[in-house]
Amino acid sequence: MSPLALVEQILEPLLYPSVVAVVVIVLKILAIMLPLMAAVAYTTLAERKVIGYMQVRIGPNRVGPRGLLQPIADALKLMCKELIIPTGSSRFLFLLAPILALGPALAAWAVIPFGSEMVLADINAGLLYVLALTSLGVYGIIIAGWASNSKYAFLGAMRSAAQIVSYEIAMGFALVGVLVAARSLNLGDIIEAQRGTLGIFSWFWLPLFPLFIIYFIAGVAETNRAPFDVSEGESEIVAGFHVEYAGMAFALFFLAEYANMILISALTAVMFLGGWLSPFSFIPDGIHWFLLKTGGFLFLFLWFRATFPRYRYDQIMRLGWKIFLPITIVWVMLVAAMVVWQLPPWFVK
Amino acid sequence: MFEQVLFYVFASLVVISATMVICIKNPVHAALFLVLAFFSSAGLWLLLEAEFLAIALVLVYVGAVMVLFLFVVMMLDINLAELREGFARYVPVAVLVSVGMLISLGSIVGGDNFGLDKIAGVEPYPSDYNNTKVLGLAMYQDYIWPFEVAAVILLVAIVAAITLTLRTTRQTKAADPDHQVLVRSKDRLRVIKVMPEEEE
Repeated sequence: MSPLALVEQILEPLLYPSVVAVVVIVLKILAIMLPLMAAVAYTTLAERKVIGYMQVRIGPNRVGPRGLLQPIADALKLMCKELIIPTGSSRFLFLLAPILALGPALAAWAVIPFGSEMVLADINAGLLYVLALTSLGVYGIIIAGWASNSKYAFLGAMRSAAQIVSYEIAMGFALVGVLVAARSLNLGDIIEAQRGTLGIFSWFWLPLFPLFIIYFIAGVAETNRAPFDVSEGESEIVAGFHVEYAGMAFALFFLAEYANMILISALTAVMFLGGWLSPFSFIPDGIHWFLLKTGGFLFLFLWFRATFPRYRYDQIMRLGWKIFLPITIVWVMLVAAMVVWQLPPWFVK
Repeated sequence: MFEQVLFYVFASLVVISATMVICIKNPVHAALFLVLAFFSSAGLWLLLEAEFLAIALVLVYVGAVMVLFLFVVMMLDINLAELREGFARYVPVAVLVSVGMLISLGSIVGGDNFGLDKIAGVEPYPSDYNNTKVLGLAMYQDYIWPFEVAAVILLVAIVAAITLTLRTTRQTKAADPDHQVLVRSKDRLRVIKVMPEEEE
């Protein structure tokens, strides 16, 4: 019996059914949030370690064995620092911005299926919900840039807003391809639609290959990560939108960025690599496959950062509008044709 | 009961934030209140089990349109004192127009047409009801021709908007990335062998 069912059974005779339902939902949320926050903390360490080894350095190795306590030391340091609110800033919005950045990044996890029955909210329009919430993250950045009353922060916010709005369109079209192929907006159904006898080759990455690549690159751009991190380009505009933030307010932006990275990795795994499906039909499915795939994409984020130089701003815009958008539109039509003619082995109904 | 509480929370949020949009001084704050108004109306639509429309409202209006709105509003230097000049002069006309609008709105969406005796409360749909599917079937089967006409009109509007911005010949010195990505190293770089000078 799962621990949650056990809790439900113990509480049932003691409390009203609606209260039990709320307690169970809160426990489920905690079961997602706590590992996610730990994952975020250790992604920061993994990033420093991975980039360190790629640059023939060791990376953090002083705090704890092999530097394993470094994220905790960082968190303690940031919590003890003073929160500075610049003069002439819009105080309420300045403090609201980090919350607006982190909130959507966490809320989107509600619909992510971790296993065939492991999902917090199994809603019909899950894909649309995810798309809507990822598009809200930009508010944190714009409001931070504007409320800081600083030129650099404002420039960073403007760059980031234009970039995110542009790449969202390519991202949305890539997901249109997925929903046409899966005939559903529900994330669980999308994974089930990728189940087939061919294992790894029946997943959507093969028939939707260009959309897969474009979705992940647009995801990197959406999270403002290298090589698309012009919104914080430290050589031009110091640190972009969060230049005026210190202490925990800065840490929230940091958490939001890493939570978004993990979210994009998880979504790519769900949409194109079959989520919790096993790559070989003789090995059982399970959450470990989902975590493995997510981890793989997360590693790509770090690898990109260590490898590519930053894009120039007009090149970013050109890539999004003139290359990704036409490819996705053409491929969505192709996918529709494949589905209509039931191309084997993926789209046989 | 719980749904009623939610309805009143969202409904009052819509009314309050919509009022703030037109009352507040700072244009950026006004735009953010408009975002809140969109968000709360999406909540109201969710209560009507129109989840596709609700999420599409957040996705399109909050996620894209209002971001561009904020983008523009933040760059503008709006002098509110100038905008408020002549307020007293326009008050009579404004009152006349708003009273007229209120009356016509009330006669359309008031109790005569939308009262509880005319339209019963919405029955909850069965759990396998799929708003997205119902909308899709309605749009692409029942109303395909009006939908296509609307699409063509939108396309014309897009083309018109783009041509409006292209009417001047561009005299800028902006680099064209299309040419830049085509450059190969042998176009720009020549490797030559330089012999060392002989010492005397």
